[in-house]
Amino acid sequence: MDKLRPEDLDKIADRMKNVMSLRQGAGRAKITVHMGTCGIAAGARKIMSAVLRSMDESAVKDVIVTTSGCAGLCSREPMLTVELVGEAPVKYVDVTEDKVKRIFAEHVVNGKIVPDYALAVGSEQTL
Amino acid sequence: MKSYRTHLMLCAGTGCVSNGAYRIKAALEQELVKQNLQDEVAVVMTGCNGFCAQGPVMTVLPEGIFYQLLAEEDIPYLVEEHFLKGRPVKRLMFTPPAEKAPVPRMSDIGFFKKQRLIALRNRGLIDPEKIDEYIARGGYRALAKALTAMSREEIIEEIKKSGLRGRGGAGFPTGLKWELTAKQPGDEKFIVCNGDEGDPGAFMDRSIVESDPHSVLEGMVIGARAIGATHGFVYIRQEYPLALERLNLALGQARRYGLLGKDILGAGFDFDISVHRGAGAFVCGEETSLIGSLEGRPPEPRIRPPFPAESGVWGKPTCINNVETWATVPEIITRGSAWFSQIGTATSKGTKVFSLVGKVKNTGLVEVPMGITLREMVFDIGGGIQGDRKYKAVQTGGPSGGCIPASLLDLPIDYERLNEVGSIMGSGGMIVMDEETCMVDVARYFLEFLRDESCGKCTACREGVDVMYQIVSDICAGKGEESHIPLLEELGEAVKDGSMCALGGTAPNPVLSTLRYFRDEYEAHIKERRCPAGVCKALITYRIDPQKCKACLLCNRNCPQEAISGEKKKPQTIEQSKCIKCGVCRDVCKFEAVTVQ
Repeated sequence: MDKLRPEDLDKIADRMKNVMSLRQGAGRAKITVHMGTCGIAAGARKIMSAVLRSMDESAVKDVIVTTSGCAGLCSREPMLTVELVGEAPVKYVDVTEDKVKRIFAEHVVNGKIVPDYALAVGSEQTL
Repeated sequence: MKSYRTHLMLCAGTGCVSNGAYRIKAALEQELVKQNLQDEVAVVMTGCNGFCAQGPVMTVLPEGIFYQLLAEEDIPYLVEEHFLKGRPVKRLMFTPPAEKAPVPRMSDIGFFKKQRLIALRNRGLIDPEKIDEYIARGGYRALAKALTAMSREEIIEEIKKSGLRGRGGAGFPTGLKWELTAKQPGDEKFIVCNGDEGDPGAFMDRSIVESDPHSVLEGMVIGARAIGATHGFVYIRQEYPLALERLNLALGQARRYGLLGKDILGAGFDFDISVHRGAGAFVCGEETSLIGSLEGRPPEPRIRPPFPAESGVWGKPTCINNVETWATVPEIITRGSAWFSQIGTATSKGTKVFSLVGKVKNTGLVEVPMGITLREMVFDIGGGIQGDRKYKAVQTGGPSGGCIPASLLDLPIDYERLNEVGSIMGSGGMIVMDEETCMVDVARYFLEFLRDESCGKCTACREGVDVMYQIVSDICAGKGEESHIPLLEELGEAVKDGSMCALGGTAPNPVLSTLRYFRDEYEAHIKERRCPAGVCKALITYRIDPQKCKACLLCNRNCPQEAISGEKKKPQTIEQSKCIKCGVCRDVCKFEAVTVQ
């Protein structure tokens, strides 16, 4: 490793951005992959890998990726929810690895919902 | 760096390591592989999380879920439920003693809620063995600013304006110390980081070095630049193997990145740091003794002036600050003195790290704003007294601090207030005592420690502390006389006056402060031959209350002296001539039938 110059500190921080935004729980978007038994059976594990791969390949690093249980619509699994900061969550159904690429590029990076795959905007009411 | 979705921040501070943190790590990694989650979930070993009482502890990020008291057998279930299926496991979360429902998030737990982290700003958030993580959290930016955008005078002015005072105990204004050293003539100057943390029950410095070693190094380079120092020393205890290992690792990384050595950050400033391992003498925390030890001489204090700022290591101007002080410096440079000085009280700015130990429910390492009350420390952060017994006192400042009684629980903690009530800030030890603590016995314990640790140079400290120890031991042994109390007070003042360094100057504090606030306990020992807390063995008798005894014979079977006898189904009795007052009978009794008087 070469000796650092002051500007190199920012480069290191940039390289580490995915690590730090995860630790601080702050990012432009949150992607939830639903991992109920139904989701896993329908291939949610592959979907998770595809999401992480998309992030590795993208310059966008400040995305929180998480899992949650069954979303209730087992017949349309695998499902994932994308939630941009300040916007309502969007649920995508019948997700495939290829669909993940497009959702990541269009919705997460560019902020445009992919209507072809989306089920609905918003979530059920909770108490 | 590769993307993961979850980071498991597993505490690898000394406390959690001795509770098996590395076994938990191995179990987690094995289980993650089994569930094929190793590319999604990363295990990160961090420095001390602070909540040592609940170790091994782990925080799951980004959600901030806090798991505690982890055991290897919990791991398969935890990995499957939470990390695969996304369902946090309630039974491994922290449940506050007075409540029933567990608190999932770390930020909602009382122990963490009132804390404000400056010196410990990166604890639990970075892997202390990776310099890139420190840099990613804003590390070494303050150094870049100090080297490229600030003059030496401006750095000193910023520290002066911040109101930062020495965190090692005496509370001398840091900026002033830097200025005094900077103004000395000569090309060769030194700075020293004092990590000789000798107080029993104190582990602030160790935790800072273990959890964020670069924060200390960065502070030292900034200080060196301001003062014009050419070389720095970290004086750290040999008994801190983990801190030493991480410190040496950090030094190597900083050198490779050009943050130490020649031409730091290309700004034309040269400075390097070496590590000196202390051999464990308490007196080495005193700065002139530390200098002696650093030079290879016996660690004995010398008269001041000249102060180390004028004549320190090898007679050169030397600036000595404590670990916590150095770790605080970069934040002040980054955020500015105005930000720092708005935290705290009129005379004591910023935050202070305390190791909260003793009879509180939540023991551990906490950083709080100056001015917080003792009550908040003991009851809000500490969670109250174990077993819901009555609070009696808190001892601040290590062995030579004083004991502060319940009537002063609302005292705001700062340097001046603690001095007014006969104690000291010290380096941040805080030992909580309850109604089952005998204050005379406490004074005896600390005197014994100080008697052993007195270097022997000043007669008043060497002989005076020893005599005080013998008198207090006599009182505990039931041989106290009424003349002992005024004698202790007179001796205490003499030891204070006749000692050169702070060890002797503060050694009588445990006796004088307990005499001030708990005189009735001394009097009970002397006049009534009674230990009200039931601690001093010579003055107590164990008895079995025949009304409460259910004749279960548990005490009878467990007594190591076979001193308990009695017929089956009849109340048992203790034969006093055989009893060694070990207290086993009282511990095993399920009916609270064994009493101590």
